[in-house]
Amino acid sequence: MPEPFVSRGFTGKRRGGAEKANRIPPGQYLTEDFPVLSAGPTPRLDLKHWTFTIEGLVKEKVSWTWEEFLKLPSQSFVVDISCVTKWTHLDMKWQGVSVDTLLEHAELDRKAAFVIAFSHEGYTTNMPVADILNGQAFVAYSYDDKPLEPEHGGPARLVVPHLYFWKSAKWAAGLRFVEKDQRGFWESAGYNNHGDPWKEERYS
Amino acid sequence: MRQPLDWQIASVKDIRPETASVKTFTLALPNWTAHRAGQHYDIRLTAEDGYQAQRSYSIASEPERRGEIDLTIERIEDGEVSTYMHEVLVEGDQIEVRGPIGGYFVWDASSRDQLLLIAGGSGVVPLMSMIRHRASAGASNATHLLYSSRTFDDVIYYQELEKLKSKGKGLEVFHTLTRSQPAGWSGFDRRIDEAMLKEVVKPLGKSLQAFICGPTLLVESAANTLVKIGIKPNQIRTERFGPTGTA
Repeated sequence: MPEPFVSRGFTGKRRGGAEKANRIPPGQYLTEDFPVLSAGPTPRLDLKHWTFTIEGLVKEKVSWTWEEFLKLPSQSFVVDISCVTKWTHLDMKWQGVSVDTLLEHAELDRKAAFVIAFSHEGYTTNMPVADILNGQAFVAYSYDDKPLEPEHGGPARLVVPHLYFWKSAKWAAGLRFVEKDQRGFWESAGYNNHGDPWKEERYS
Repeated sequence: MRQPLDWQIASVKDIRPETASVKTFTLALPNWTAHRAGQHYDIRLTAEDGYQAQRSYSIASEPERRGEIDLTIERIEDGEVSTYMHEVLVEGDQIEVRGPIGGYFVWDASSRDQLLLIAGGSGVVPLMSMIRHRASAGASNATHLLYSSRTFDDVIYYQELEKLKSKGKGLEVFHTLTRSQPAGWSGFDRRIDEAMLKEVVKPLGKSLQAFICGPTLLVESAANTLVKIGIKPNQIRTERFGPTGTA
């Protein structure tokens, strides 16, 4: 077996916070910032026309307006987020509606095995349905006790903390349930189909 | 058969300063794959005890150059990887990399799009790869680069851009210096704004493709302004970095 590679003279500057080290996935570094990463311009969505829809393999399509969405039972979520661009931000505080709560309003077809999260500006990202159930995903409209800013996906974004952050579709418009997997935007552009940070599933 | 995204050990062939805080590193790759202009590589550093740090850096060179790539890297004050690259790494060292990565913020010369390239600081790096690729491929599509720097001394690739511009193959370069300007400066002297973008965009047709790379605020503002002056969001591709995003 070859010797593991060592970078001559590298000691590492950001080792601080050893007590948090077991919360940082491999290849990630801690940040206190909230970097903005998007593939195009930030859309400014008019709340008057905003909707969130659950469609595809459901008994009946369901759609909420902004006002209706705010009336759904919401929760506070404090979660660790890892972006494939290498930053990890611990204890990010969100407010939003659990996907489980949304699915109480739509009866999933038995054949629904994958979900495509889609955004108001055309972005898509795909996941197995099992990755968004049982408290694993929510639609957030508040971050750090303030309304979610457009740069960060406001008025509302999906948040799936246990997968790399590109799965947490900004400017969320809805969830489409499908039988067969379909690669989304970044999944079609060289990024991993699943995106588990602990397995370092970064690229295809 | 090799998977294109395996880690590989590159040799540092050359290191040269671009500005006081920016250097270009030429890495020779044992498993070289032609990249697409705009893509990046990951660098992974490993300490004796196994501690590792990774960051992504844009490729500056053109894909036509075989067997090696240039990475142009800005030194970030408290950066972990960029300070190692600037202060510790020397020619002849080895370094672990993987790539090329990214399939959206890319441009191929065969597409012949009219290009609008907008850069802030070291955000010019992936755009330079496009400009060099364009020159190597002999393309003559109209290409306008608007490049914002703090001072003249912070401008990366100034001489090369002047030279490419003077060849008259459709490349126009517009500089703006936001903090101070040398005597007799004839370029822009303010942050990118609507009037500036209108001037730079004007001669290009409606079918242009825009690429914007730089600090978050610059990218946000430039992208929003382009939409405001009538460019469709799907014609604008962005890549942003925050204070820690490039460390």
